[in-house]
Amino acid sequence: MATQHSRAAARFMMAPAVFVLLVWMLVPLSLTLIFAFKRFMPLRGDRIESGWDFVTFFPSLDWVGFDNFTRFVSSSAFWPSVVTTLVIVGGVLAISIVFGVLLAMLLDQPMWAQGFVRILVIAPFFVMPTVSALVWKNMFMDPTNGLFAHLWRAFGADPVVWLSDVPTFSIVLIVSWQWLPFATLILLTAIQSLDSEQLEAAEMDGAGPVSRFAFITLPHLSRAITIVILIQTIFLLGVFAEIFVTTGGAFGTRTLTYLIYQRVLESQNVGLGSAGGVYAIILANIVAIFLMRIVGKNLDK
Amino acid sequence: MARAVTTRRKALNTAIAWTIGLLIFFPILWTILTSFKTEAVAIANPPVFLNFDWTLENYRVVMERSDYMRFLWNSVIIAGGSTVLGVIIAVPAAWSMAFVPSRRTKDILLWMLSTKMLPAVGVLYPIYLLCIQLGLLDSRIALVVILMLINLPIIVWMLYTYFREIPGEILEAARMDGASLKDEILYVLTPMAVPGIASTLLLNFILAWNEAFWTLNLTSVDAAPLTAFIASYSSPEGLFFAKLSAASTMAIAPILILGWFSQKQLVRGLTFGAVK
Repeated sequence: MATQHSRAAARFMMAPAVFVLLVWMLVPLSLTLIFAFKRFMPLRGDRIESGWDFVTFFPSLDWVGFDNFTRFVSSSAFWPSVVTTLVIVGGVLAISIVFGVLLAMLLDQPMWAQGFVRILVIAPFFVMPTVSALVWKNMFMDPTNGLFAHLWRAFGADPVVWLSDVPTFSIVLIVSWQWLPFATLILLTAIQSLDSEQLEAAEMDGAGPVSRFAFITLPHLSRAITIVILIQTIFLLGVFAEIFVTTGGAFGTRTLTYLIYQRVLESQNVGLGSAGGVYAIILANIVAIFLMRIVGKNLDK
Repeated sequence: MARAVTTRRKALNTAIAWTIGLLIFFPILWTILTSFKTEAVAIANPPVFLNFDWTLENYRVVMERSDYMRFLWNSVIIAGGSTVLGVIIAVPAAWSMAFVPSRRTKDILLWMLSTKMLPAVGVLYPIYLLCIQLGLLDSRIALVVILMLINLPIIVWMLYTYFREIPGEILEAARMDGASLKDEILYVLTPMAVPGIASTLLLNFILAWNEAFWTLNLTSVDAAPLTAFIASYSSPEGLFFAKLSAASTMAIAPILILGWFSQKQLVRGLTFGAVK
């Protein structure tokens, strides 16, 4: 069906999308890369002179070699931010996968008003991040008037000051609430494609519920779980609003993303922040490669 | 399952699922309920659930004090504009990839996906700087373009997976019956493509509506959408629970309703067709 003529037409139809994405990828990336090797602190008088600077590699800014890269990783904030990032990403992944699998299996059972329960479970995913962060911060975690404080007092316990006593845990909780529905929905879709005859056959052969889960359901879900892990990791590495409106990066909740944001926009050390940005891009790409392999394999089918 | 399920078992499943479902939904329900309370009732201990005097006062105050309509309008323009623009650019691309695939189609699709993986913070300053240089900081145009670009890979992918399901033979059959190219597009392809395009529009509108990195960092006053409006409540005003709830309810209600229609597309759209 594809003739020479339609091939040319196809390329022409693809051109706008490819072009804008190419520009979107190349222009900011090369700027970040250039700034990472420059001394660029707008508040200390480093200036871009004119629009031409963008094509002449910013002659008004000094090249500093790999200084920014070494300073970014040797600053006292770097390793804590890596740890926080790992805790938040790992914590949310653990919660959303474990509970996601359980919830998906529950929702797959026969019940009344299944559609309605699904709606309830999926809802948090559609709440904008600033709303969920603020609602949790104030109405649930507030140490004086929050619901948790009321609950703790009702049992005679001292209310927890969530966002300063256990700040990272609190953020994991908020972010998990948003992402558990996503994991559940995808795992539920995957579970529903499981052949129930297989389970019945195993049951007749005397396999108990635990071994049926371990040897049939879980292997069947493994691909979906991998996909959930990879996609969520990409999104979770970039968690921003939830930290921005709750702790503002205080109390050890500064992730790598947040640290870079602070370097770039708050302290306006663009060179340093850009070097951090390059690290973040490399990190995200490592995860992305695995995701793309899976998605790519699927395309061949 | 094929075997008969006892009514008791079904009742038990239902009870457990409802309990957990309500628990997960509870923060949203609580926000909606609180938005109809007075500030005093909102922080009452023990908490009051339903038996309070319902009031619309909070909604009135929020709309009066914060110029709510402007934020709402910005959200609509930014989310709607970026989605529509994205679909206009993506339809021809996805179309050609689905119907005239070449050896490179797969590589192009994967490359597009890879641009989605670019961490936003890694390019924050360049984008910020370009916005300043072009005089587009705190403008809706900048956000429409940026959100279009970050969602374009998802849009292309979704449309591609939908278009690929349209059987090519149907076109040939139409051609044999003497349909012109115009007839073909108008009467054969469009009706089959519309559902896919509609679901793509819906999911990406939601994603753009909730986007909270670029909208927070590139706007201050003029172009600030609802995400930024809500974030402004993190200051002392946040202590007014009922007003915060009213503002939050207004920001999430439309999208919750749209979201419930897009559950199925969500899986397809966000797993890039890898889970169906």
